[in-house]
Amino acid sequence: MTIAVNPTQSGEPIFYLADEHPHPEGWSTSLGFWIYLMSDCLIFAILFATFGVLGGNYSAGPAPKDLFDLSLVAVNTSMLLLSSITYGFAMLTMAQNRIGATQMWLAITGLFGLAFIGIELTEFAHMIHEGATPQRSAFLSAFFTLVGTHGLHVSCGLIWLVTLMVQVWKFGLIEANRRRLMCLSMFWHFLDVVWIGVFTFVYLLGVLR
Amino acid sequence: MNTDTHAAHADHHHDDNSHGSLSTYLLGFVLSVVLTAIPFWLVMSGALPSKQITALVIMAFAVVQIVVHMIYFLHMNTKSENGWSMMALIFTIVMVVIALSGSLWVMSHLNSNMMPIHQMTGMK
Amino acid sequence: MSPDLLKLIFGRLTIESLPLHEPIVVGTFAVVATGGLVMFAGLTYFRVWGYLWREWFTSVDHKRIGIMYMILGIVMLLRGFADALMMRLQQALAFGGSEGYLNAHHYDQVFTAHGVIMIFFVAMPLVTGLMNFVVPLQIGARDVSFPFLNNFSFWMTVGGAVLVMASLFIGEFARTGWLAYPPLSNIGYSPDVGVDYYIWGLQVAGVGTTLSGINLICTIVKLRAPGMTMMRMPVFTWTSLCTNVLIVASFPVLTVVLALLSLDRYVGTNFFTNDFGGSPMMYVNLIWIWGHPEVYILVLPAFGIFSEVTSTFSGKRLFGYTSMVYATVVITILSYLVWLHHFFTMGSGASVNSFFGITTMIISIPTGAKMFNWLFTMYRGRIRFELPMMWTIAFMLTFVLGGMTGVLLAVPPADFVLHNSLFLIAHFHNVIIGGVVFGAFAGIGYWFPKAFGFKLDPFWGKLSFWFWVTGFYLAFMPLYVLGLMGVTRRLRVFDDPGLQIWFIVAGIGAFLVFLGILSMLMQFAVSFLKREQLKDVTGDPWDARTLEWATSSPPPAYNFAFTPVVHDNDAWWDMKKRGYVRPLLGFKPIHMPSNTSTGIILAGFATAMGFGLIWYIWWLAAASFIALLAVGIGHTFNYQRDFDIPADEVIRTEDARTKLLAGAK
Repeated sequence: MTIAVNPTQSGEPIFYLADEHPHPEGWSTSLGFWIYLMSDCLIFAILFATFGVLGGNYSAGPAPKDLFDLSLVAVNTSMLLLSSITYGFAMLTMAQNRIGATQMWLAITGLFGLAFIGIELTEFAHMIHEGATPQRSAFLSAFFTLVGTHGLHVSCGLIWLVTLMVQVWKFGLIEANRRRLMCLSMFWHFLDVVWIGVFTFVYLLGVLR
Repeated sequence: MNTDTHAAHADHHHDDNSHGSLSTYLLGFVLSVVLTAIPFWLVMSGALPSKQITALVIMAFAVVQIVVHMIYFLHMNTKSENGWSMMALIFTIVMVVIALSGSLWVMSHLNSNMMPIHQMTGMK
Repeated sequence: MSPDLLKLIFGRLTIESLPLHEPIVVGTFAVVATGGLVMFAGLTYFRVWGYLWREWFTSVDHKRIGIMYMILGIVMLLRGFADALMMRLQQALAFGGSEGYLNAHHYDQVFTAHGVIMIFFVAMPLVTGLMNFVVPLQIGARDVSFPFLNNFSFWMTVGGAVLVMASLFIGEFARTGWLAYPPLSNIGYSPDVGVDYYIWGLQVAGVGTTLSGINLICTIVKLRAPGMTMMRMPVFTWTSLCTNVLIVASFPVLTVVLALLSLDRYVGTNFFTNDFGGSPMMYVNLIWIWGHPEVYILVLPAFGIFSEVTSTFSGKRLFGYTSMVYATVVITILSYLVWLHHFFTMGSGASVNSFFGITTMIISIPTGAKMFNWLFTMYRGRIRFELPMMWTIAFMLTFVLGGMTGVLLAVPPADFVLHNSLFLIAHFHNVIIGGVVFGAFAGIGYWFPKAFGFKLDPFWGKLSFWFWVTGFYLAFMPLYVLGLMGVTRRLRVFDDPGLQIWFIVAGIGAFLVFLGILSMLMQFAVSFLKREQLKDVTGDPWDARTLEWATSSPPPAYNFAFTPVVHDNDAWWDMKKRGYVRPLLGFKPIHMPSNTSTGIILAGFATAMGFGLIWYIWWLAAASFIALLAVGIGHTFNYQRDFDIPADEVIRTEDARTKLLAGAK
């Protein structure tokens, strides 16, 4: 291995920074948050694997065909997609420093998220009412857990969104708040990606099966 | 694996999280709407002759849509964080594929070898 | 009070839950409680609570958190080892119609607790503690990327440990073995709180582990000193990076598996049940997807420690740095491809078993490459047989043996004979003690002077070393023999009197290890008393090679007055060789994170929530959850999380060191 030296002009190697600038605040945040998302991704991967393995075990109970209402799922998917683009608008207005518009788009995102959760809960309530409870079969256990975990994430995202709106309202679009909105944006879009997996593998393939 | 922290310092203040623009967001949105609508339509209308083909097609759509989201909404590229984001993503995908396909493979073996026959018929 | 009201307040916790009918547990409780009271009184009498709280418990300094992890690991080692001694004694006694001295109910808890504690609350804290302490120093950083998170992670680990310890005196622990396989761990067969203690203890600690993994990855990626490219990172930093990548990639799996098991137990879902389409085999499959990487999480940092120690005490640059790095990366990826070898016998077909058998055998190649690198580093070196080097050599001999029995077990037909036998037990103790524990001890001996400013006493250290090494061989070689004779693990009583002698020898070995642990505690005490004689003023007592030795021992809060610039793999060696002169002027204020009590408070609520869930005390669980959320959100409203160490203080600290160094010369 060669020894690389970066000498100063006089030829003396520099061994320390006499005049250093500390890393800016939040220097590691977006990478750290991304790695957190990757770990979350594995959580979902294992839930998908569980659904993949147990998803056919109906135990003489209801099957996806009997339970899933694809048009409802389509509506729900559109809620999430719309919330994604509105969050994108929030980020764009944030970049332009338009605090009011940012807050408005965040609020709209939140409403779409709320609608998503509402529809999901209605669907769950309907299924449970029909006797398709999480206890009924391994398929239903896996279904409720996978979809429910996604829903739980969206709910956490909503709590976070409200918190951030309060913080933006109190402290404005300061650097720290921008960073936080950026992280939530990654979280929100990540949940969207997970949902693509959910509607494809759970709902669409389930109905096909 | 470039680690010149000074250069990175300078970058940081400019724009480390390329927010995208209105047009890229809209393009991403339109693409994802299309990529969502087609699979739903395929399954709901039964337009394709066989279930296997439909399944393969909608899975392909899902993969494409995930890529679209990654690029247009999550702004993934090979440059952010000096490539570390992309590296983390690729590593995660490898792990996900191993865990998913490995579990399915192992469990299909275990199910066919170890589960009593009568139970299998009862469950399916 | 009416039973309903009692149930509302205390859940299923009643006076009968306390194990008053178990004289051994009551005795232990008396000893622990007396010891605890004495310590509490002592701390109060000397008025150190305030100091501990301000300077340690709420500290975000990675060095202090690292030291606290080590203390946790050593304290829990005493508990885990007490379990081991109890098992060895039971198995040595329970022959010829004797039932031994432990009833089945208690014995099953003992072996479960032993495994859980040793892996999660001894090995993990020791490894995490060393990484926390060393990595930022080695890469020339001031702290980790997320100092508050670091403190929180530590307290979550403590929270998990507290829950597991609580199970000793309040209720009981799981009787399922350390991985709690269903259907045994399901509510039907384990209706008591044991498995719930297991689940929530690990979940609480697991959050901490995952977060600290993310934290250390970011630290290594983002905070390296200028000039330190990836291929100039010290090997310990490399192995730490890979370990933390594995943590982030595998602990979520454990989280999910335990969550699904708790859904089965609490809600009545059917993931791992025998009815309604559930599959207990899926649990085994999933938990080993976490479980196998876990052993590499433990051993990789140990490999890093041995690399640092070998090159320092051989006075040579590490042989084959590049191959060492690639071997580490390859092990990282392969460790994710071998999980099925833990259940070859479950009934997968030939194709699955041979795939996983072959991948398992392949892992021995990079590991073997590492072994040769260490040997070649020693070759023609001027080896100084200080204690860390002795541990390293003991490791090389022991680990090769354990590795070879591992390759043997990787052959599926052989595994069909040896599965769940004492041969397996001997194998994994062989690699975990020979690899991880010896590694942690080498690391403790090596970095102790850096952490505290004085070396450890060599006499007691060597005594401990010889007790440990001979004790280990005496304790586990008989288990190999017994395993080959077909004795399975976790047995409480034996019929064949011919086996007893082997168990007695193993028991003597365990007792020697016990003496080794006592000598080690003695070593700490003696070293503390003789700290003036053992003092290290140079900051570089071993004539070492990496950056952590460039600063004082113990390092100042800010680690380095000026961020070092790196030109070589062995950065500090390079600096020494090329006439680095320590700067004496031009100090500036240093920006540092402030201490906070939020971490310990959050972890406290998480632990209380776990306790509530274990005992079905729903109000406690709900209240703690709400408090957790409120405090967590409240914390985000605090935007002032750091401060500047004034230049004056930096000057004072550095001047003090200048005087010390002058005195040393």
